[in-house]
Amino acid sequence: MDSHVETLALREQFETPAQQKEASTLGMWIFLVTEIMFFGGMFLAYAVYRSIYPNVFSTASNTLNVVIGAVNTGVLLCSSFTMVLAVRSAQIGSRKALIVFLILTMLFGGVFLGVKAYEWNEKFVEHHVPGPTFHLEGTPMQGQAQLFFSLYFAMTGVHALHMVVGVGIMLTLLFQAYAGKYTPDYYTPVDVGGLYWHFVDIIWIFLFPLLYLIGRHHH
Amino acid sequence: MITAAAQERQTYLNESYGLKSWLLTKDHKRIGLLYLGTITFFFFLGGIFATLIRLELLTPKGDLVAPDTYNKLFTLHGVIMVFFFLIPSIPATLGNFFLPIMIGAKDLAFPRINLLSWYLLVIGGCFGMYAMLAGGVDTGWTFYVPYSSTYSNTYVVATGLGIFIAGFSSILTGLNFIVTVHRMRAPGMTWFRMPLFVWSNYATALIQVLGTPVIAITLVLLICERSLHIGIFDPARGGDPVLFQHLFWFYSHPAVYIMVLPGMGIISELVSTFSKKAVFGYKFVAFSSVAIAVLGFLVWGHHMFVSGQSVYAGLVFSFLSYFVAIPSAIKVFNWTATLYKGSISYATPMLYAFGFIGLFTVGGLTGLFVACLGIDVHVHDTYFVIAHFHYIMVGGTLMAYLGGLHYWWPKISGRMYPEGFAKLSALTVYLGFNLTFFPQFILGYLGMPRRYWQYPDEFQVLHVMSTAGASVLAVGYLMPLIYFTWSLRYGAIAGPNPWGATGLEWQIASPPPAHNFDETPIVTTEAYDYAALEAAKVG
Repeated sequence: MDSHVETLALREQFETPAQQKEASTLGMWIFLVTEIMFFGGMFLAYAVYRSIYPNVFSTASNTLNVVIGAVNTGVLLCSSFTMVLAVRSAQIGSRKALIVFLILTMLFGGVFLGVKAYEWNEKFVEHHVPGPTFHLEGTPMQGQAQLFFSLYFAMTGVHALHMVVGVGIMLTLLFQAYAGKYTPDYYTPVDVGGLYWHFVDIIWIFLFPLLYLIGRHHH
Repeated sequence: MITAAAQERQTYLNESYGLKSWLLTKDHKRIGLLYLGTITFFFFLGGIFATLIRLELLTPKGDLVAPDTYNKLFTLHGVIMVFFFLIPSIPATLGNFFLPIMIGAKDLAFPRINLLSWYLLVIGGCFGMYAMLAGGVDTGWTFYVPYSSTYSNTYVVATGLGIFIAGFSSILTGLNFIVTVHRMRAPGMTWFRMPLFVWSNYATALIQVLGTPVIAITLVLLICERSLHIGIFDPARGGDPVLFQHLFWFYSHPAVYIMVLPGMGIISELVSTFSKKAVFGYKFVAFSSVAIAVLGFLVWGHHMFVSGQSVYAGLVFSFLSYFVAIPSAIKVFNWTATLYKGSISYATPMLYAFGFIGLFTVGGLTGLFVACLGIDVHVHDTYFVIAHFHYIMVGGTLMAYLGGLHYWWPKISGRMYPEGFAKLSALTVYLGFNLTFFPQFILGYLGMPRRYWQYPDEFQVLHVMSTAGASVLAVGYLMPLIYFTWSLRYGAIAGPNPWGATGLEWQIASPPPAHNFDETPIVTTEAYDYAALEAAKVG
C-alpha cells in the first residue's frame, strides 16, 4: 500500500520528490510566461489603437457597465483568496478544508463567468457587437468604435476561456482531493493549479481598468 | 546461444511490442521516432509541392498549372516545410531522443506532455491536410492581411488552426527542454559540461516559449476576423494591416533561429567528434547560441523595410540585424579553429558538417545584403530573398539534420548505414542544392520577383538550371530514405561508440536500454574530453 502511494507521488524520471516539485513548479512558471506573451499580442494591439484613437476608445469604454465590472473584479479577487486558502489547507494536510476552498473557488469562478455572459448579452441587445448592425451613440467614427469592441470581445473572450479551463483544473483537483491523493508531502498539483488561477486573475486586473475605466474622467 | 542472448538484450525498441506500446509511449526515444516518421512524411509532402513549383517554372509561360493553383502550391510548400517540418525537425526528433541522454537523465521532465506535443503536431497536421485536400490555401505562408482576412476564398481558417495547434506542440517541447536542462542534469553535469547540442536546444527552447505564443494569438485574431468579422486588422475600420506584419514577424523571424540553432548544435558535435578535438572556445560557442536567441527577438522589422513602417524603425532594425552576424561568425570561426591540427576523418556526417559550414556562410553573408536598407529595396520580394533563406533553412538546417541523423543513426538503430552510398548522397545533396539555389541569387538580383508563375524569356536559362538542380536534390534526399530503411535489417552492428565520440549517449549500448542508464551516471570530465575517453578505454 505504502509503495503504491509513493509511486503515485514520485514519477520514475525523477530521483527525489524535491526534484519533481521543482520541475513541476518551474514548468508552470514557464507556461505562464508563454501566457503573458499570448495575451501580450492583444495588449499590444490595444495599446496601438488606443494611442491612435483615444477619443473613440474613451467614448466606447464609457458604455461598459463599470459597476458590474467592479463587482466581477471583487468576485475574482475573492476566488484568488479562497485559492490561497486551498493551497494552505493542502500544505497543513486538512483535506476537508481543501475540498471546501476548492468548491468555493470554483463557485466564484462560475459567478464571474455568469456575470460575463450577462454583459456580453447586453452588448448584443445594444448593437455593440462588431458587424453590420453595429451602432455606437456619440461618435461618427463607427469603424474605430468597432475596433474597441473587437478588442473587448477578443480579450474578455480569451480570458473567459482561461477561466473555463481554470474551473476544469479545480474540478480535477477536487476529485483528487476527495480521493485523498494530497498530503503535506505531496500537493504540487494544488500548488501549480493555484499559480494558474492567480495568473488568470491578474490578467483580469489589467483588463478591467484598460477596458472599463479609461473614459471615466470625461464624465 | 550466447549471440542469441546478446541479441535479446533489452532495448527501448524491444521492451514492448505493438501499436499501442508506441502510440501511448512515454519514452522520449520512442516519441523522437514518432516525430521522425511524422516529419519525414511532411518533408516529402512539402517536397511534392516544391517539385510542382519547379516544373511550372521550367518554361516562361504559365503552362503547367493555373495561376491560382500556383499560388496554392507555394503557400502549401511554405506552410508544410516551415511549420510541420523545419520547426519540429531537429529538436523534436534528435533533441527529444538525445537531450535527456546527453545530460544523464532517464527522460524529459514531463514525458506525458512530450507525448501530447506529438499528438498536437499530428492534429495540427490533419487540419493542414484537410485544408490542402478541400481546396488549398493561397495567401503565402505569411498570411498577410487584409488579403487573408477579407479577400482570399481559400481555406485560411483551417490552415491557421492547424498552425495554431502545431504551435502548442512546439511550445510544449520548448517548455519540456528548459525544465529538463534546469532540473534533470546528472550529478557533475554542470552547465559548462553540457554538450553544445544541449546548449543550442536550450537556446531554441527559449525562443519557442517566448515567440510561439505571439503567432498563436495573431492567428486567433486572424481567424476571428475572418470568421466572426471582428476588425482588429481591418483598414476599413481604422485597423492597421502593418500591425499584423509586426506580430507575425515577431515570431516568424525568431522562428528562423528555432530552425537553425539546433542545427548549429549538431555541427558542434560533428566537428568535434570527427576532428577528435574539443570545440574551440566552448563557452563562446555556448553563449553565442543564447546571444542569437536574444538578438533574434530584436530584428523582426527587417522583413518590413518596404511595408510602410517608419524610416527610423527601419534604420534601427537594419542596424540591429547586423549584430546577429557576430554570434553567427563566432560559431563559424570556432568550428574552423576546432578543425585546425585536428585528426580529421571524412565520414558522412562530417561531409554534411562541411556542407553546412559553407552553405550557412553564404546564407549568412547574403543575410547582410538584405539587412542593408538600400539593397533590400532592390531585392525585396525577389528570388534573391528566396535563395538567401533557402541557404539558411535547406543548406543550413536540413544539412545539419541529415548530418545529425547519420551521426546518431547507429545509436538510434544499433546499425551502420552503407558508408559509400551515404557519402554519395551527401555529395548529391550538396551539388543539387547549389545548382538549385545559386542561380536564384542571380535571378533575384536581375529582378525576378518571388511568387510569379510566369516570367520573361531571358530568365529561362537560370530557371532551367534551378529545376535541374532540384531534380538532383530530390535524388539526394531519396537515397537516405532507402539506405536507412535497408540498414535496419542488413546494416552492420554498430556497437556502442562507432565514432569514438565523448558524449554520454556513446557510453551506453546501441540501441539504448529503455531507461537509458543502468544507474545514474556521475560526470567527472568536461565536454569533448578525448584524453579522458582514451584513459578510460585503457583503464
